[in-house]
Amino acid sequence: MNYDMNKDTPKIKTNEHQKSKDNFEQKAVIRLNNVTKSFGENHVLNGFNLVLYEGENLVVMGKSGSGKSVMIKCLVGLMAPDSGYIEVMGKEISTLDRQTLDELRSDIGFLFQGSALYDSMTVRENLEFPMRRHRDKLGIVKDTTPLVLEALENVGLAHTMNLMPDELSGGMKRRVALARTLILKPKIILYDEPTSGLDPITAKEIIELMRSIQKKYGTSSLIITHDVDCARVISERMVLLVDGINYAEGTYSELSASTDPKVEAFFKK
Amino acid sequence: MAESIPSVFEISKILGRLKQFFIQIGELSFFARRFFKELFSVPFEFKELLRQCYQMGNRSLMLVGMTGFIIGLVLTLQSRPTMIQFGAVSMMPNMVGISIVREIGPVITALICAGRIASGIGAELGSMRVTEQIDAMEVSGTNPFKYLVVTRILATTLMIPILIVFGDLIALLGSALVENLKGQVSFQLYFNTVFDALSFGDLIPATIKSFFFGFVIGLVGCFKGYYCKKGTVGVGISANTAVVMASLLLFIVDFIAVFVSDIFYEL
Repeated sequence: MNYDMNKDTPKIKTNEHQKSKDNFEQKAVIRLNNVTKSFGENHVLNGFNLVLYEGENLVVMGKSGSGKSVMIKCLVGLMAPDSGYIEVMGKEISTLDRQTLDELRSDIGFLFQGSALYDSMTVRENLEFPMRRHRDKLGIVKDTTPLVLEALENVGLAHTMNLMPDELSGGMKRRVALARTLILKPKIILYDEPTSGLDPITAKEIIELMRSIQKKYGTSSLIITHDVDCARVISERMVLLVDGINYAEGTYSELSASTDPKVEAFFKK
Repeated sequence: MAESIPSVFEISKILGRLKQFFIQIGELSFFARRFFKELFSVPFEFKELLRQCYQMGNRSLMLVGMTGFIIGLVLTLQSRPTMIQFGAVSMMPNMVGISIVREIGPVITALICAGRIASGIGAELGSMRVTEQIDAMEVSGTNPFKYLVVTRILATTLMIPILIVFGDLIALLGSALVENLKGQVSFQLYFNTVFDALSFGDLIPATIKSFFFGFVIGLVGCFKGYYCKKGTVGVGISANTAVVMASLLLFIVDFIAVFVSDIFYEL
């Protein structure tokens, strides 16, 4: 499948963005080209393009209902786009069979907006669950405790191992979900609104945690958010999703200084 | 002419609902087809299947037992005066035994299970769908249909027949108690008479249809929950419609089962 790089052109594209892109050139781990997705008459993605480079923290911002979550779900095969090309780690998602897709998914961590912890399982079982199908990859013989403990220690919640999700606070649930995301040692982490519904202090803790994880494991991160503070702290590059397209692209400081009314609207306090 | 306009609307409304009903049946058929396809593919989720069997079987014993006991009790109390009037009180165990084993026991137990289990599955899977837990399973490399749906349908298909047999026995015990207290019939005589009256022709169709009842309860509960629309309202609707649809289908399955077994009897 030929990938037309010329199509990856937002309306507003800055120099810093180009520099950032040059730094990561040839190491794209995610590519979306001209992706469209509609729900009836509602055209959510309208030719969306995106490239995530290895080791990069890319933030995609957009208004509620702009299609951010739809885009991220298309990336992991939870939804199929109407048209367009999606490539993750060199593999085109739409051509993969179930087994290959599952293998690929073990390299992609997904932090869901509402944490999505399994209610009927303890924290430990929640963390063990993704390991069921990937024991060979992790080299697990029998005991999963060291891996569970390591993941929980990463988020500072080793003491919650035997608790049920309903015994945890919102922030703790988000951290356990992050630990569950980390358990398969993914190369890419997709964050769907990681700070939504959290108080500012807990949100800050989560952002710090995301940064430390990125540093420790060198993962590539795609962060979907409408939280400007989160984007400011964590992004190396940003894409603004407006009217179903990648409307603007650049660093936080460049985009926040833009005079384009649609871009300005995101950064107005 | 003016009066005929609302009636046209009414008819189109009814036709619309009828169309929706058939669409649902069609979707349910595809769901059932997927169940059979996934049932025989590896890996098998035995641990989850056993957990579901325990949840659905063991946790329903009390409710099924209580209901069965009361039905046996009431059926005997209500029928007794009429049987005395016709001088057929000695036929009481035969009448109660056959009606409970062939029809009342399976149908009432299945309806109770539709209320408890189908709504439970509908609400559980619905809330898992709404809170993205099913998506999280999918992303983690586990087939959620196999893990959540196949195990639950299999568990209801296996557990409902056992619950029905248990409910029948408790109902007969309730009936025997009334006969013992009111007619001085010993428990041993009562059960001997019941088992003498029952033939394989009574037991086999009832047992076979109880597997279908279990399948329908699991299938409808999972179908409604798995495709739950977003939001907490959707979870409530899933639980509610699961009970309604399962109950309706139980009667249809019962009708077909009785019809088919009747043909075999005539042969």
